[in-house]
Amino acid sequence: MMNTDFRGARHATPLLAKAVPTAVLLVGAFYCLVPVAWVLAASSKSRSQLFTTFTLAPGTGLADNLQNLFAYGDGQYGKWALNSLLYAGVGAVLSMIVSTMSGYALAKYRFRGSSVVFFAILGGVLLPGITLAIPQYLLMSKIGIAGSVWSVLLPSIISPFGIYLSRVYAMAAVPTETMEAARLDGASELRMFRSIAMPMMVPGMVTVFMLQFVGVWNNFLLPFIMLSDQDRYPITVGLYTLLSKGSGEPALYSLAIIGSALSIIPLVLLLLFLQRFWRMDLISGGLKG
Amino acid sequence: MTTKDLNPPSRRLRRRGTAAPYIFLTPGVLLYVCFLLVPIVYSIYLSFQGLRLVSGGAFGHRQSTFIGLENYATAVTDAEFLGGFRRLAIYGIIAVPLTLGLALLFALLLDLGSARAKRFSRTAIFIPYAVPGVVASLMWGFMYLPATSPFSYITEKLGWGTIPFLQNPEIFSSVANIAIWSGVGFNMIILYTSLRGIPADILDSARIDGANEWQIATRIKIPLVAPALVLTGLFALIGTLQVYGEPTTLRPMTSAITQTWVPLMTIYRDAFTLDDLPLAAASSVVLALGTLVVSVILLRLTQKRAFGED
Repeated sequence: MMNTDFRGARHATPLLAKAVPTAVLLVGAFYCLVPVAWVLAASSKSRSQLFTTFTLAPGTGLADNLQNLFAYGDGQYGKWALNSLLYAGVGAVLSMIVSTMSGYALAKYRFRGSSVVFFAILGGVLLPGITLAIPQYLLMSKIGIAGSVWSVLLPSIISPFGIYLSRVYAMAAVPTETMEAARLDGASELRMFRSIAMPMMVPGMVTVFMLQFVGVWNNFLLPFIMLSDQDRYPITVGLYTLLSKGSGEPALYSLAIIGSALSIIPLVLLLLFLQRFWRMDLISGGLKG
Repeated sequence: MTTKDLNPPSRRLRRRGTAAPYIFLTPGVLLYVCFLLVPIVYSIYLSFQGLRLVSGGAFGHRQSTFIGLENYATAVTDAEFLGGFRRLAIYGIIAVPLTLGLALLFALLLDLGSARAKRFSRTAIFIPYAVPGVVASLMWGFMYLPATSPFSYITEKLGWGTIPFLQNPEIFSSVANIAIWSGVGFNMIILYTSLRGIPADILDSARIDGANEWQIATRIKIPLVAPALVLTGLFALIGTLQVYGEPTTLRPMTSAITQTWVPLMTIYRDAFTLDDLPLAAASSVVLALGTLVVSVILLRLTQKRAFGED
């Protein structure tokens, strides 16, 4: 960067100008990593070490804790992890497809009712989705699917924000000229979407997928309300049950801690991996439409 | 920044008679109707219902009937529900400005040429986004408990005693801290991406004119990313109004969080513990309307068309 040339004259201490911002950023990084360090240290402690040794010092009970965690309730933790993966993975893939199709239609076609649909979507963005969880539960009870996998999966597919972002991305990334040329060549509308628009929309799709995956993975109230069978719980609800039972049964504290530590590792890895592909300017730049 | 050169509406396709857009929209609209529209309408319908004793037979029976705004009157005069909004306000006043302020600070520092270790800091600050609120609350909860808190360990060694994280009034900052920890990174990335989108020649000419980094940040960068700030603020506010998982997870660890600590907890109790679904529906409608009103006021106040579209 050339800017130091201009700043040199104004700042007598360029070292300070470098050190202070770096130090502030490192303090922020430290703040964000402390709980992660704590949970990793705590998950290696045996039950007696948890409340007696220095809280950030590693213990000697990691193997035992892991064994206890996977033995708990006939391997319930493994089921919870798979359930989370199912709800978030399948939910986010379907959500991405539905959002891409809807966003593309709203961005690239003019048709009767398009503005009604668009404003309905915007209203949906502002509506706190969580306030819908109870009526969704009641309606699903009526048709008899409350408590099933579907009751968590189906509401996770619709994402007004995902549709909104897909529309923004389709407007920017799919040139109308290309579509017109393809149309003149006799391509069908469906083929045009599949072979021309979709490949151009991939970065936007990755972004929508990632936002929805994290959103569903982190969701607590919806599965908490919908599900009663512990074997269908996602990790968030499962860990909560361990913790709330823990006050009567302290052994479960260790399980909740190691369960938390394990559950954040795959998601952190996924985010670090996807970080290279997504387009966050979709969210920040989406305002300028 | 491809998202900037959006096609103006006039250049969109004008094709009469093609069914394609309707086909593409069918799954989205169908799901929207089933999981948003119908539940909203059902909530509103339910909120006007109430169980009343109907005379008939030997003893009469309880039957669901239309009772007008009675549930709403109960909801908005319920001390617990209103208390939840008051607690939510205290929590929000701590959490929202700090989340956005820190996110903006970190984003500006990342955008500064002179800072070092940027990749590491950016990744580290972003990591909490991957941690579910429940798991974050669980980790912080243990870090608040006197027996396992590293902070209380230090203050005890210094002879100051433990820090009462889980008591009133500290509990507000403690819950807010979990939200700040979870939210700073994501907002930082949005603002940082927005900062990266500022054309370099604007910044260069400011530097040639002798502006220092502080002036560039406050007079050029922040005004230019204002729309992104409004959007992150909006989502932070909506997120605040629907806080539920964090205080619920902390409940087993503290008596300072009651069963009705925030509005959604009251709604959950009314619906599933007290079995008063119509009241819960009315409270949900109040909460949803409150969120909409707050969002619209925020958008009006900032005079930014966050979703400015045709």
